[in-house]
Amino acid sequence: MSAQGTSTGFIGRMRAQINRGDSWLTYDLANLLPGEKIDEDALEDFEDLLIQADLGIEAASEVCEKLRGGINSGRIKRPDQLRKALHASLVELLSPSSIPLEIPEFIRPFVIMAVGVNGVGKTTTMGKIGARLKQQGLSVMFAAGDTYRAGAVAQLETWAEKVDIPIIGQGQNADPASVIFDAYSAAKARNVDVLIADTAGRLHTQGGLMEELRKIKRVMQKHDQFAPHEMMIVVDATAGHNALKQALEFHEAVGLTGITLTKLDGTAKGGAIFAIAKRLALPIRFVGVGEQADDLGVFDAHEFVSALLGDTGD
Amino acid sequence: MFESLSENLQATFKELRGQGRLTEDNIKDALRQVRRALLEADVALDVVRDFIDRVKERALGEQVRTSLTPGQEFISIVREELITELGGASQGLELRAQPPAVILMAGLQGSGKTTSTGKLARYLLEQKKRVLVVSCDVYRPAAIDQLKTVAEAVSADFHPSSPLQSPAQIADAALAVARKELYDVLIVDTAGRQTVDEKMMQEIKGLHDFLKPAETLFVIDSMTGQDAAKTAAAFGDALALTGVVLTKVDGDARGGAALSVRKVTGKPIKFLGVGEKLEALEVFHPERLASRILGMGDVLSLIEEAEKKIDRQKAEKLAQKFKKGKGFDLEDYRDQLAQMVNMGGLGAMLDKLPGVSQIPAQVKNQINDKEITRAIAIINSMTLQERRFPDVIKASRKKRIAAGSGTQVPDVNRLLKQHMQMQKMMKRMRKGGMANMMRGMQGMMPPGGMPRR
Repeated sequence: MSAQGTSTGFIGRMRAQINRGDSWLTYDLANLLPGEKIDEDALEDFEDLLIQADLGIEAASEVCEKLRGGINSGRIKRPDQLRKALHASLVELLSPSSIPLEIPEFIRPFVIMAVGVNGVGKTTTMGKIGARLKQQGLSVMFAAGDTYRAGAVAQLETWAEKVDIPIIGQGQNADPASVIFDAYSAAKARNVDVLIADTAGRLHTQGGLMEELRKIKRVMQKHDQFAPHEMMIVVDATAGHNALKQALEFHEAVGLTGITLTKLDGTAKGGAIFAIAKRLALPIRFVGVGEQADDLGVFDAHEFVSALLGDTGD
Repeated sequence: MFESLSENLQATFKELRGQGRLTEDNIKDALRQVRRALLEADVALDVVRDFIDRVKERALGEQVRTSLTPGQEFISIVREELITELGGASQGLELRAQPPAVILMAGLQGSGKTTSTGKLARYLLEQKKRVLVVSCDVYRPAAIDQLKTVAEAVSADFHPSSPLQSPAQIADAALAVARKELYDVLIVDTAGRQTVDEKMMQEIKGLHDFLKPAETLFVIDSMTGQDAAKTAAAFGDALALTGVVLTKVDGDARGGAALSVRKVTGKPIKFLGVGEKLEALEVFHPERLASRILGMGDVLSLIEEAEKKIDRQKAEKLAQKFKKGKGFDLEDYRDQLAQMVNMGGLGAMLDKLPGVSQIPAQVKNQINDKEITRAIAIINSMTLQERRFPDVIKASRKKRIAAGSGTQVPDVNRLLKQHMQMQKMMKRMRKGGMANMMRGMQGMMPPGGMPRR
């Protein structure tokens, strides 16, 4: 069963959200390329623009190299061609990562575990994913594994109440591994389809806390040696170069299987995802564009790039 | 993935050895590297451009100090400019308003406003202020609970609010309570908001107009990328910000966002959040952040410190002595050791070297200045004659010196041997002046600490 949902309405909304600030690329492109001629300066400015979208120097220069090749060989002559070529190369970078979350029927309960640094929106994302899966007819359960941050358990409880999903928790300062272990037993006993485990935000530089994540995974694997079936890192679109480091460190610690990119409803472009896609080729599952239960969409490379470029889509 | 800027610059300037002046030509590559380093540190592009122009202007025609290589000279300019841009000396809170002085916290979702509110409350309580905190976050589930728990943890008074109230009602009630019960400070936590959300921006504007805060702090995550400038500008336009709190600095982000925010808002960075514990709040130091943004240890301040602290008069006297053909006696050795202690000892010097911050604390603790202090004590237990002519020190004198300094004879032997080696070294460089002597000290310091050629 796929997690694909109501995509057109959602993408329209995402586009509206992203371009609410200003349509950066459309605007700048028009200014950059007033005439028919595309020269080296224009390309350099272009690279700067990609950098401003947090693509990072590496990814930005790679994209521009490709465009430069096109210009030199005469394939790209006009601004609209450049635009198309840009669109294509950005999509090309992301499309290998554009893999939606599948929840196969033979794994029950299917465990989704959220990890990430502090304040990226893990709990909100887990709430939204829960709501989404429930809407698709799956039975869902939450595990309140963020036992550290004040109010985190209550926050997930509020989500649970709002979207009518049972929640297992032991309150603040409980051992997260034990909370999630218990939740798994409960999920199994109640024949729940999907168990969604929240964890406390932690900086990837804190060795002890990263070890705690490994422990949660180890303990969970006493139930099912393949759990969690989805180890999802949540990344904040406002993050810069550090996003890649986060992904690398969490990947090394617990082995990631997916990414969700949050807070795309602001002025941040989320370009850091390109660097992650290039380096780790992890599936990008969802994008978050707001605080409501339905402000979550399935990631699609083509649509993501279109939204960024302010294209009408083709 | 981040090569150290200083290493790159050293390589760039390798060919420039012997050139005494920085010119447009020879700094071109270096400026490119600075640009790259700043972008990799997530400084906003416009801010980077501006900064590069300023550095270029200052560097052109700059005379290279004799003690530095052109590369070091250039980095020192970059770093000084960066410190200036980051805002000079650290600034505290300005709460000299009629009590209750209100502190309004503003920022994006997840930037760390609530945690910072708790930390600030703790900081102010320590200064014997009466602090009341209140949450106007009626949107995120359990946000009010979070502040309540945080407030309890630091034993600050918490004004209860409910998601059913409007933020304006909450602020009104909290201010009334703070006035009536004579609180010194009221800290108002708000919901995270995106700057494109006009309704939410209006809301915080309304809160600001009503509360007339003494401090309006913009809270930003140090991991923020290019968007930092845009977001800071939008908050700055909406609210009269008075300062910035940079959070999650205990991570490994280079924190270029700080420079963007400082530049765009023109407001000082007042605090750094350096951990999840509620006491993990630090007053901001521009020097440290500058080094971090540039991805280097504090080598330059080590050089500066060496230049400052080494007693020039004594050093010159010593140089004179060499020229006259006199030896380097134990008295001189003691002065040198004392100067190392003056510079904060080995530990302090070590702290300033790149990469050392990653060394675990246990290892660092093993490096101590005991050896140096012991050597000084041994020399102090000698007679003047012994210090000038160490050759007279035989077994019986050694026993006395060891007893006098609370050490063992082997310790005295070791010191004498070290001194012999120093003497040999000094003889070899007798013809040189101060600069040569500094280099002579290199062997006594951790590698990389002194300018090399």
